Amino acid sequence: MNAGVSLTSREEIEVHRFSWPASIGIPLLAVFLQVFLRIGLLNFLDLPLLVTIFFAVARRRPVPGMITGALIGTLQDAWTGHPIGLFGIAKTIVGYLGSSIGVKLDVDNPGSRFLMTFAFVLIHKFIYMVIDLQLVGGSEAWNWGHTLFSALANGLAAVVLFAVLDRLKQRN
Amino acid sequence: MENFFARYKNPLVLMAVLFIQVVALATQVKRSENSKAASSGGTRLIRVWTVTAFTPIEKMFVSTGHFFSNSWHNYADLRGVRQQNRQLQDEVARLQMEQVRLKQDADQARRLQALMDFKEKFVSKTVAAQVIGTSGTEQSKVITIDKGKRDGLKPDMAVITPNGIVGKIKEVYPLSSQVLLVNDHESGAGVILESSRLQGILKGTSLGELQISDVMSDEKVEAGEHVITSGGDRIFPKGLSVGTVSNAVADRDNDPFLVIKIKPAADLNRLEEVLVITETAEAQRAASSASPVRAADILSQRLPSIPKQDANAPKIPGATATPTPAGPAAGSDKTKKPAVPDAGQKKAVSDAGQKKEGAGTTAAVKTPSAEAGGVKAPVPAGKTAAGGSVNSASPKTGADTKKPTSLGTAQPAAAGAGESPTPTPTSKPKATPPKKPKAPAKTPDASPGSTDNTNAGQQETVPAPGATPAATPSANQEKPPR
Repeated sequence: MNAGVSLTSREEIEVHRFSWPASIGIPLLAVFLQVFLRIGLLNFLDLPLLVTIFFAVARRRPVPGMITGALIGTLQDAWTGHPIGLFGIAKTIVGYLGSSIGVKLDVDNPGSRFLMTFAFVLIHKFIYMVIDLQLVGGSEAWNWGHTLFSALANGLAAVVLFAVLDRLKQRN
Repeated sequence: MENFFARYKNPLVLMAVLFIQVVALATQVKRSENSKAASSGGTRLIRVWTVTAFTPIEKMFVSTGHFFSNSWHNYADLRGVRQQNRQLQDEVARLQMEQVRLKQDADQARRLQALMDFKEKFVSKTVAAQVIGTSGTEQSKVITIDKGKRDGLKPDMAVITPNGIVGKIKEVYPLSSQVLLVNDHESGAGVILESSRLQGILKGTSLGELQISDVMSDEKVEAGEHVITSGGDRIFPKGLSVGTVSNAVADRDNDPFLVIKIKPAADLNRLEEVLVITETAEAQRAASSASPVRAADILSQRLPSIPKQDANAPKIPGATATPTPAGPAAGSDKTKKPAVPDAGQKKAVSDAGQKKEGAGTTAAVKTPSAEAGGVKAPVPAGKTAAGGSVNSASPKTGADTKKPTSLGTAQPAAAGAGESPTPTPTSKPKATPPKKPKAPAKTPDASPGSTDNTNAGQQETVPAPGATPAATPSANQEKPPR
């Protein structure tokens, strides 16, 4: 890694590993809960996105991060009835950006996690809207209030969720 | 290359993953609007994307090709356009000039055609002239034409147009002439109102108007009446159009008379071509009437007539105007006496005789007038029993032609005297003795002496025995004189 441009210490840029069950079970659980669990609050939360951000930032490697995002997004598309690739492309880009940013920023701080998640939610929403409107031909309108509230809720949820998921990290 | 992939591995992988997902997305999505039209469920989105992605490139190639093609055709390949444009402009200018010239020619042809038609209608000889100048003042109405003395023009010749009279020749120069228009205050012409037959003198006014004066105020003159020339001025032939009456008001200066305003038929302000009458039809007829041809002459030429003996024929002493064979048959009632109805026929006979000179048959039928002259002496005895006046029986042939004779009374008056008429010496040469034997057959009693008194009493005038038998009815027939 290029430590010259990094804002983190050597310890902070340590790459974490996850067990295979955790690497597969957590995303599946998140998508399952997002798709099949009918809770009003989940309308504003995007659990697959939070899981994607967490794994990308924790692994700090773009390729595994984008693949994780692609898989979670494709699975979400498949289960939600959306065209395959709609969520996949958005989460692929978010995974890539998260793994890239995780190298340079301290992503273990709750504040940075909140802001990072807040920003990624907006980016994810923006990419989703672009693909839906321009490529798929959807007609979903951009709602700033819903988007910002969703970003805020996901940021807060990320602080809590990431703290829980930190326990699944395996140190080298 | 390997270093490139190693360096940009993450972005390349990202692009690859994104591409795969985009393709996957495209294979699933169909255009909803296209699906309505396509029976197969619509166009795949990947096809739309592909077409959309390649269309700009294709457009770019096509546009580039069109750009070069248009550049060649619109600029590089226009070498001769400038010269061709110049030639076309010259051609257009030439055609425009030619069109103007043709139009002028056509207009002039129409005017000249109208002039020719008019000429054939009214006048016998004219000279066409073009107006080449005016007097330049409002006071005098004078125009100048391009024909003069060399063209046979003389002063006081009438100048006209097909519409009406224009004026008369005032001054004649070798190559030009001045025409005094009829609306000049010094001009005048004799006119007549066509329907009311009122005559007057057409004069011009100082304002360039035409008016007729010296018409009594009790005459009825209506506006619009046509005015023609009367011919009394010996300038304008009779019957030429002058104009129409515009109004007629009482003359304040000359109370019992009217002032009739005339609107000229010819546009005197826009004269271009005029005709100068150098010889009128009346003059031509007068010249040709020096030797008039009467209808009787024409009739006699067409009908069988007695040819006149040749005046130049040699005189034969033994030949008489009354053929001797006619004597025995003179007393026959069946004799048919020729009659000369009028002098015209007599003249025709004379003319015929000149044409048939030397004809032997003329001996028996010839010279009825001569015979009449010869019977001058017996004429008194020829007074008819009915007491009819007997022609004076002048020795001259024309004497008995003045009074027409009845066609039914063809007996010579002298016949009643029973005397053999003594033909005048001039009648002898007219007789041609060689054909004497045949003559009696044709004219049995051509001789006046052969007539009887009975027949003689029926005639009114001295007959013309020279008439052909066919033309002489039976002596017994009595027809009323025509």
